[in-house]
Amino acid sequence: MNKQMTATEVVAQLKDGMTIGIGGWGPRRKPMALVREILRSNLKELTIVSYGGADVGMLCAAGKVKKVVFAFVSLDFIPLEPYFRQARQSGSIEVMEIDEGMMLLGLRAASWGIPFIPTEVGLGTDVIIQNPDIKVIDSPYDEKEWVAMPALKLDASLIHADKADVRGVCQIAGPDHYMDDWFARAAVKTFVSCDELVESEYFHDPAQARMVHWERSATAGVVPIAGGAHPTSCSPLYGFDVAHFKAYAASAKAEGGFNDYVQKYLGASEQEYQNNVGGLDAICAIELPTY
Amino acid sequence: MTAASEYTLAELCIVAASKSFADDGEVLGTGIGVVPRLAASLAMKTTNPDLMMTDSEAWMLSEPNPIGSRAADFVPSTESWMGFSRIFDNVWGGKRHAMLGPVQIDKFGQSNTSALGGSYEKPKTMMLGARGFPGNSISHPNSFFVPGHNTRVFKEGECDFVSSIGYNPARLPKGHRLDDIDIRLVITNLCVMDFGGPDHQIQLVSLHPGVTVEEVQKNTGYPLYVPAEVPTTEAPTQEQLDIIMALDPHNQRAHQILDNPPGNRS
Repeated sequence: MNKQMTATEVVAQLKDGMTIGIGGWGPRRKPMALVREILRSNLKELTIVSYGGADVGMLCAAGKVKKVVFAFVSLDFIPLEPYFRQARQSGSIEVMEIDEGMMLLGLRAASWGIPFIPTEVGLGTDVIIQNPDIKVIDSPYDEKEWVAMPALKLDASLIHADKADVRGVCQIAGPDHYMDDWFARAAVKTFVSCDELVESEYFHDPAQARMVHWERSATAGVVPIAGGAHPTSCSPLYGFDVAHFKAYAASAKAEGGFNDYVQKYLGASEQEYQNNVGGLDAICAIELPTY
Repeated sequence: MTAASEYTLAELCIVAASKSFADDGEVLGTGIGVVPRLAASLAMKTTNPDLMMTDSEAWMLSEPNPIGSRAADFVPSTESWMGFSRIFDNVWGGKRHAMLGPVQIDKFGQSNTSALGGSYEKPKTMMLGARGFPGNSISHPNSFFVPGHNTRVFKEGECDFVSSIGYNPARLPKGHRLDDIDIRLVITNLCVMDFGGPDHQIQLVSLHPGVTVEEVQKNTGYPLYVPAEVPTTEAPTQEQLDIIMALDPHNQRAHQILDNPPGNRS
């Protein structure tokens, strides 16, 4: 089955009000080209589930978001995501604030088709008190109470991978695939942008196949977009763009700052965006961060 | 080992904080931020060689990495993969001790990383979010590092948002005991504390050189338990300072406490 498509075709499959999972982690390996395509669209009222970074900030700033399910939203070296802060502090979005591990459990429950996974994570804290939708239940096996972390069912997931073939075999060669395997399985449809489209033979080498973290049946669409994670990183190919993130964060200090950011960078297509940020060669030359 | 005569407050805090990992045995020591990371690294290099550690990205190391940019030919002592999803498998098994820096810590030892003021629907100041604090706090031991000890951090009443469980009877989950919760040391720019006072009250463990009990109490928004004898926080040895210098060759520790004061302020 050939699952290759364009970013525009991906966004055409998304509908107002959908719950969308976004892979990656903070400023790392986010499907930003697909996020940008949503910014160019009329989509609205989305619920976003994400280990959040600028993906969440930009969608909030653009008025695309009804609700965010999050444990953090951060650019790492800029700890607080400026546009997510604005959205929170103006009360313009609903939230479900949970623990990082609870999100993982919610994605697993959705992937496995079960309503919840019991855990002690969250007990005694405000993530339970402030989220009445998350129930605390008795156990049939002991005298303790447990958090019943509900399945985080996703209508769609957006993920960025290093390499993929047209059948949806996706490789993440960087050191961490984060929770992307669970985002892929938890969604009805998962769309994966990739830096490079490869022939299926590429994966015949077991060392390459070892870096494929979910089944191709979980991938509905593959969109080749070199540099598509910019300004986030796609290790080992390129790091995150510190200067761009600084400019992005600085834009939030001005009235109408996001509009200025969009005017300056977004463009009508990914090609225009890449031209506006210095071109693909410049993206690929960005050094990897040192942790 | 004899105490060094000159050392910074950050170095004193690193050495004091490293003590919290000394008796942990074979658990993952996670220090988030420069001082906690150096504290765990120092413990691994001295008092607890069995400590496990990551590179703060995705690999376990058998030797801690120095902080900051490293020479092009530097080879990390990688021993296994440890991506974020596997971190949680380890967290929930309890084999970890984390040291973190929340924005508020209340008298119950509950902490806040999420937001300040306002409401859940509309916080006045959005901070990081709960991150992994709820899971850490109920799964394994935790310590805190606070570079600026004041009544905004150690606030009166409960935290604005309770991100981590503490010794609060009103929030104790059914079937749990307060003793199940394991908050270890709280290291600040003034002192070392723990929650080992009567009924898990916060208590002074040691005062940094030149700091008084009154100064600590004045900067803490709730009553501090003061044992009959409160020692002075032990000064670093030259050996410890040399190890810290090797682990932090770019001296990032100099930027962790306001104005980088000397360790001895008497």
